[in-house]
Amino acid sequence: MADRITLEVATPSRLVIGEQVDEAVVPGIEGYFGVLPGHAAFLTTLGIGELTYRIGRDERHAAVAGGFCEVRNDKVIVLADTVELPAEIDRARAERARDRAEQRLSGRSGEDIDYARAAAALARALVRLQVVARPQ
Amino acid sequence: MATLRDIQRRIRSVQSTQKITRAMKLVAAAKLRRAQERILAARPYASKMAELLGNLVSAADSGEGAPHPLLEQREGPRRQIVIITADRGLAGAFNSNVLRNSLAFVRMSNATALTLVVVGRKARDFYRRRPFTVKRDMVGFWDRLAYSHACELADLFMAQYLEGEVDEVHLIYNEFRSVAVQRPVRQQLLPIPKTEARADAGPPVDYIYEPSAQAILGDLLPRHVRMQVFRALMESLAGEYGARMTAMEAATKNAKDMIEILTIQYNKARQEKITKELLDIVGGAEALKQGAEA
Repeated sequence: MADRITLEVATPSRLVIGEQVDEAVVPGIEGYFGVLPGHAAFLTTLGIGELTYRIGRDERHAAVAGGFCEVRNDKVIVLADTVELPAEIDRARAERARDRAEQRLSGRSGEDIDYARAAAALARALVRLQVVARPQ
Repeated sequence: MATLRDIQRRIRSVQSTQKITRAMKLVAAAKLRRAQERILAARPYASKMAELLGNLVSAADSGEGAPHPLLEQREGPRRQIVIITADRGLAGAFNSNVLRNSLAFVRMSNATALTLVVVGRKARDFYRRRPFTVKRDMVGFWDRLAYSHACELADLFMAQYLEGEVDEVHLIYNEFRSVAVQRPVRQQLLPIPKTEARADAGPPVDYIYEPSAQAILGDLLPRHVRMQVFRALMESLAGEYGARMTAMEAATKNAKDMIEILTIQYNKARQEKITKELLDIVGGAEALKQGAEA
């Protein structure tokens, strides 16, 4: 058993993260799960959430949404629809998205809303804000 | 016989054409490099997904229950053909190859049950003049091609397919073989061919699935379709730049050859003119001398 695991995070347009890490915490569709060396083979769809990975004492974060995660042979492969690193997140834009989604959900805007879409938009905005608020 | 000035004018004209073709070649080369990098950058995602798909489809084969609707082979006649070309020409036979190829396939299909989706200005203009039902066109996006364009198209195909409006969807596009070689290919997008889905299966893995293998497959198949469309678009884009680069390189070389030929012609004409003038002068001097003697 290796004492580290390989973490690869890819989107359809690029490989975002490729790193040896000590631990990864991934937002699965049924909740967050942590992966340490020696994890069993595991395949899940991704929810919307914050991906956390630790190298030594250094903890890093990224916002991910939609896709899959495979854990196998001490290798974690995340295939996400979108991945955003803290440096790539525009805080003001995420705040606007959050406010817009909240307004839609509360029904104040009077538009015909697609509830699931607004809820997903809100979740994405909140995750972005959470990631960007982390001490860098 | 062209006069000296005519030849000079032509040389200048060819020279300025050459400048343009050379610039276009350089631009195409730079864009080609970027397009190739994008294809490479998409590979980790694409290959991993193909592998997962293979594993899940193989696992689903042995399991119970009906296959996923996107995998289900239907016998209906309604066919949709997606033709992908560039927006611009001056790329050798790039566009005409695909168009010719697609027209042959279109003619083979049952005309009453056929719909087209045209991507790129050249395909749109080509099929606008012909009596086919164009369901959707998409032009003017090549310079900022993104995954979202592929999603838009793929989601349209899948929605129609699942609604039962079409029974099969085919893509026709230029495959990027190398910088100099692009080949029109036809690919069945929907239903997802089973052989293709299974092709990349690794050795079977005993996963813990969350929520279930079938649910994950249901999530994976639409993404697979989007990725296939994205790949086709990226290949076509790289192919376009490759074709334009090759075409413009040939054009630059032709211009160079032409300038050489014209320069030789020009020099010959100039020499002839000088010789003629000399003869005139000598002849004139001769005549004067004879006149003086007489």
